Amino acid sequence: MVTADAPLLQIDDLEVNFGAVRALKGVSLDVREGEVIALVGANGAGKSTTLRSISGLARPKAGTIRFDGVVINRRSPPQIVRLGVAHCPEGRRLFGSLTVAENLRLGACTRSDADGVARDTETMFVLFPILRERWRQLAGTLSGGEQQQLALARALMAAPRLLLLDEPSLGVAPLLVRHIFEALAELKRQGMTMLLVEQNIALALNLADRAYVLRTGKVALSGDAAELRDDDRVAQAYLGAAE
Amino acid sequence: MSQFEYILQQVINAVSLGSLYALVAVGLSIVFGVLKLTNFAHGDVMMVGAFTTVLLIAIGVPFIPAMIAGILASALAGFLIERIAYRPIRNAPDVTRLLTSLAVTYILENLGILLFTSSPRNFPLPDMLNSSWQLAGGAITFTNINVLTVALTFVSLIGLGWFITRTTVGLGMRAAAEDMSAAQLVGLDVNKLIIVAFLVASAFAGLAGVLWAAQAGVVQPQMGFTPLLKAFVAAIIGGFGSISGALLGGYMLGALEIFIVAFLPDPVVPYRDAIVFTLLIAFLLFRPGGLMQPNREIKL
Ligand SMILES: Nc1ncnc2c1ncn2[C@@H]1O[C@H](COP(=O)(O)OP(=O)(O)OP(=O)(O)O)[C@@H](O)[C@H]1O
Ligand SMILES: [Mg+2]
Repeated sequence: MVTADAPLLQIDDLEVNFGAVRALKGVSLDVREGEVIALVGANGAGKSTTLRSISGLARPKAGTIRFDGVVINRRSPPQIVRLGVAHCPEGRRLFGSLTVAENLRLGACTRSDADGVARDTETMFVLFPILRERWRQLAGTLSGGEQQQLALARALMAAPRLLLLDEPSLGVAPLLVRHIFEALAELKRQGMTMLLVEQNIALALNLADRAYVLRTGKVALSGDAAELRDDDRVAQAYLGAAE
Repeated sequence: MSQFEYILQQVINAVSLGSLYALVAVGLSIVFGVLKLTNFAHGDVMMVGAFTTVLLIAIGVPFIPAMIAGILASALAGFLIERIAYRPIRNAPDVTRLLTSLAVTYILENLGILLFTSSPRNFPLPDMLNSSWQLAGGAITFTNINVLTVALTFVSLIGLGWFITRTTVGLGMRAAAEDMSAAQLVGLDVNKLIIVAFLVASAFAGLAGVLWAAQAGVVQPQMGFTPLLKAFVAAIIGGFGSISGALLGGYMLGALEIFIVAFLPDPVVPYRDAIVFTLLIAFLLFRPGGLMQPNREIKL
């Protein structure tokens, strides 16, 4: 249980290796209930690996990941979804040969409250009206922006308490990026806790309350999002990794 | 006999043979979908079903219950194969998995030979199923086992269609076939889905095995080899891993084989399989992904 001040998600000294590649070298971060946290950094900094460790797809070598006070390092991805963490992965990863309706149905596959699922489906139509129009269409036939909306909706259908978002603007036309970030802002107003990985730093820092800047597997910088917006060191973290 | 009746007879034969190929190919595709493994033991799972049925009929069990028991025995065999042989090597390199699948085939076939010898046994088909229908004054004939084959194939394929489009487990199976880690991320239990896939695929193999043996009139431990090979071809024509593709491929292959024999000049007929495989190679040159072209590369 979350006591008065304990974070919903707490990561301590997380290390992840892929063979000889040290992807994460001791990352610590926390996310409080209702917060939106941005996780930014250059290509290969370890942003996706951090999210994949939380959702159980990557196995940490050391460190702990606590969700709602429970250590989830060794839990399987389905168990973690059931605890209340939904991961909207990089590249969307929709089931392209299934319809929009079927993708959303599978998004809710861990739930048994049919009424709640029906209600949340209606909520998705309000957030992403295009999904109602595309309801019977195969996910693979949607445009990039439509697919991203479906991927978000699919993750939300799990009724998560923490939403992990990996580059929701990737491969999406600029107009739709704005639409998607408006939907995220609406979710934030409704109290959704989010950990957002995003290449577009300006967008991410606008939405977020706080941010962490990753640089080659370590937290280089963290703090209030509004302050980091004007901090040169954020841009330097990107340049530094590109050297 | 008029030309029309001759053609109709060939169509009936093609549907009957194609049904068997489709049943086997669909099972191969289901397993390939979730494991990305060519399950060579699929033919031996057919054999398990056929032998179980024959042995039960021999001790006096009526055909239909014996066939159902055969299907269940095949499903059990598939379950055990997955549990014992495939699960421990699920993340091993492709070559390891392929060799394991071949090893399971040899073990099962040799077990069959040990238990039953390699000589064929009679399949005691009830007279009722052997009796034939004569239409158009004998120009068109088919037996009740042909009718049963086509009917059971249609019913089970419709059932499968319902399962993979209407149930969460069936949709999950297709989702896992497309993207295993995305399936895990939405909370699907991949272990459970793989078990279900093996049960369903093996039950299909069991049904196909019983019908195949019933039509041939014999069972023997290596009986799975030919249908496996044919189903493999059918699945490739359809696009490996695609269930609807396997179905289509099965019927196309059945039709191709029957029509080659029926309509090409006699000297060509012995080369039927050579012709079929040549056509397959030619087809794959133009459409490497088969009819359905699934298996887009997936980054894990
Ligand atoms: N499955 C894997 N096998 C081997 N190395 C990997 C694997 N996944 C990630 N890596 C490596 O781990 C490091 C961190 O990768 P990660 O995908 O987490 O970066 P990222 O910050 O998400 O980058 P991007 O902005 O490009 O998405 C990189 O060096 C990457 O090459
Ligand atoms: Mg990434």
